Amino acid sequence: MNEPLRYHQPDERGHFGQHGGIFVAETLMPALDELRVEYEKAIVDPDFMAEYRYELKHYVGRPSPVYHAKRWSEQLGGAQIYLKREDLNHTGAHKVNNTIGQALLARRMGKKRVIAETGAGQHGVASATVAARYGLECVVYMGAEDVARQSPNVYRMKLLGATVVPVSSGSKTLKDAMNEAMRDWVTNVDSTYYIIGTCAGPHPYPMLVRDFQCVIGDEAKLQMVDLIGRQPDAVIACVGGGSNAIGIFHPYVEVPGVRLIGVEAGGDGVETGRHAAPLTANAKTGVLHGNRTYLMQDADGQIIETHSISAGLDYPGVGPEHSYLKDIGRAEYVAATDKEALQAFHDLCRFEGIIPALESSHALAYAARLAPTLSKDQVLLVNLSGRGDKDIPTIAKLEGIQL
Amino acid sequence: MSRIESTMQALAAQGRQALIPFVTAGDPNPGITVELMHALVAGGADIIELGVPFSDPMADGPVIQRASERALAHKVSLRQVLAMAAEFRKTDSKTPVVLMGYANPVEAMGYEAFAIAAREAGVDGVLTVDLPPEEAEECAAILKKHAIDLIFLLAPTTPVARLQAVERLARGYVYYVSLKGVTGAAHLDVDSVASKLVELREHISLPIGVGFGIRDAESARKVASVADAVVIGSRLVQEVEAGEDGLAGRLTAFLQGVRAAMDTARA
Repeated sequence: MNEPLRYHQPDERGHFGQHGGIFVAETLMPALDELRVEYEKAIVDPDFMAEYRYELKHYVGRPSPVYHAKRWSEQLGGAQIYLKREDLNHTGAHKVNNTIGQALLARRMGKKRVIAETGAGQHGVASATVAARYGLECVVYMGAEDVARQSPNVYRMKLLGATVVPVSSGSKTLKDAMNEAMRDWVTNVDSTYYIIGTCAGPHPYPMLVRDFQCVIGDEAKLQMVDLIGRQPDAVIACVGGGSNAIGIFHPYVEVPGVRLIGVEAGGDGVETGRHAAPLTANAKTGVLHGNRTYLMQDADGQIIETHSISAGLDYPGVGPEHSYLKDIGRAEYVAATDKEALQAFHDLCRFEGIIPALESSHALAYAARLAPTLSKDQVLLVNLSGRGDKDIPTIAKLEGIQL
Repeated sequence: MSRIESTMQALAAQGRQALIPFVTAGDPNPGITVELMHALVAGGADIIELGVPFSDPMADGPVIQRASERALAHKVSLRQVLAMAAEFRKTDSKTPVVLMGYANPVEAMGYEAFAIAAREAGVDGVLTVDLPPEEAEECAAILKKHAIDLIFLLAPTTPVARLQAVERLARGYVYYVSLKGVTGAAHLDVDSVASKLVELREHISLPIGVGFGIRDAESARKVASVADAVVIGSRLVQEVEAGEDGLAGRLTAFLQGVRAAMDTARA
């Protein structure tokens, strides 16, 4: 038997092994330092944590249930699939766990204005929601291509009082939205709190986003014992930046015998080069958006455009802690293609009456691939990170249906 | 003594300030860059900052973002930028060249390989916007070994406590970003720059250049009255954007006006 893994990451300067760190322009360095200091105070402040937990329970509706997808499991003919129902959260995804934590931090730091970047729009909606809830001004940057393919979420953000700024530079997707949010932050750093939506960016963001998302895995560990008297054989989650995955993985890192499987967006197939799967494709390390991590780039170090049916996974990098978990071999990373994700999307609709987000459908797709290879008494826990209402126009369009 | 250091010392001895223009390498096409560099020198440039195009220029405003996009449309790589510097160096052995850009192209090449190639190309300094001193130890040591100056940014938000780390690693000059914002912003406040420079000089022994928001001879003159060097970027890139017709001559003429104004700054 191996020694149990003892895991304390990141180091005091935000490094997860060779990944993470702080790679930003000088103007932002003091703001990141201020955020780190304030965050470290907040998480040991009983009043702050009590308010965070109160909001998760009464505003978000936590704990989210774990559900045994019996019909789909039977259909697949192997392992039993359980779903952690983050889709049932207020706003319809896991993103709100983090935005509540960060909005409370913003308020504590006296910032009246929050900004956010968004891909699928889920983080933008979650940011606009908490901004309305706490009376903060909110500006959301969103790639122009994503604005077009996620129109219900754009309108949702506007209803919630946020300003949505379409970003037309570069590939017009999530990474460009993040560039533009950074430009806003560097200009308005005194008044503005930047709510990063994924476990990437400069320290302390990867750490604090993870910590706010760990409620997913913390709950699941108790719920699995209640349901089946033990922990699952594998935990499966989709990975773009990787916040829902790190939230469910992290509490399991030191639990022996539980496989952690991150599913990246395989797009047209990793072998085609048209994908958003840096870990699966063994991309080289690089520096983007404030951290060092595995990054899709060309030989000259230019970031290459990614391809995924899912706007939320359409990102060339990955949170630095996932890169580290890959390096130490604690988590495995695989990819599911657009086609596989779509199949899983439809299967969950038809067999379980649940419309999953296209992002989460990637995790479901890998579960569907893995389950038949395992015995019926084995258990897969899939993080169903969001609901698919926002994807209905995309799916309809793909299938030639006029709504 | 590095080429940057001797240039700065010679100017200081004459009571003058350095004029540091910026253009993006490969903008609007790779063939014209060396000619434009010579045109900048003809206009009075003391040091040239040559932008290395990057796909995700997070610290740049729209003008320099578009310059990067135009260069990348020609697939201009860091190696090609080094080749342009080497070509320039064949006919100008005096004017220091500083590469300015983002960390990832340098990381992708590898610090050591980059330092060797930069030295061979006759490059004198490097400024990577997103490599603060906290992450720059390894890069700084390698560049120092190959006699390339690593140039750091300081900002209005930089607290005194951070200046020591910068002073320890910085070489050549430091670049004070005159405002909170991206390149090309338009709200330069010379009085606040002047008072910040007094504070910085208590801790920083290198010459201090000021950039961001300097758009004309008058703002250059004002900045030259308090700083050791004046950096002009977005305004020149706008000239490039206006078209290739007579571009070299327009850049020279613009800089000559700036140079003349700067030379009256402390008269």
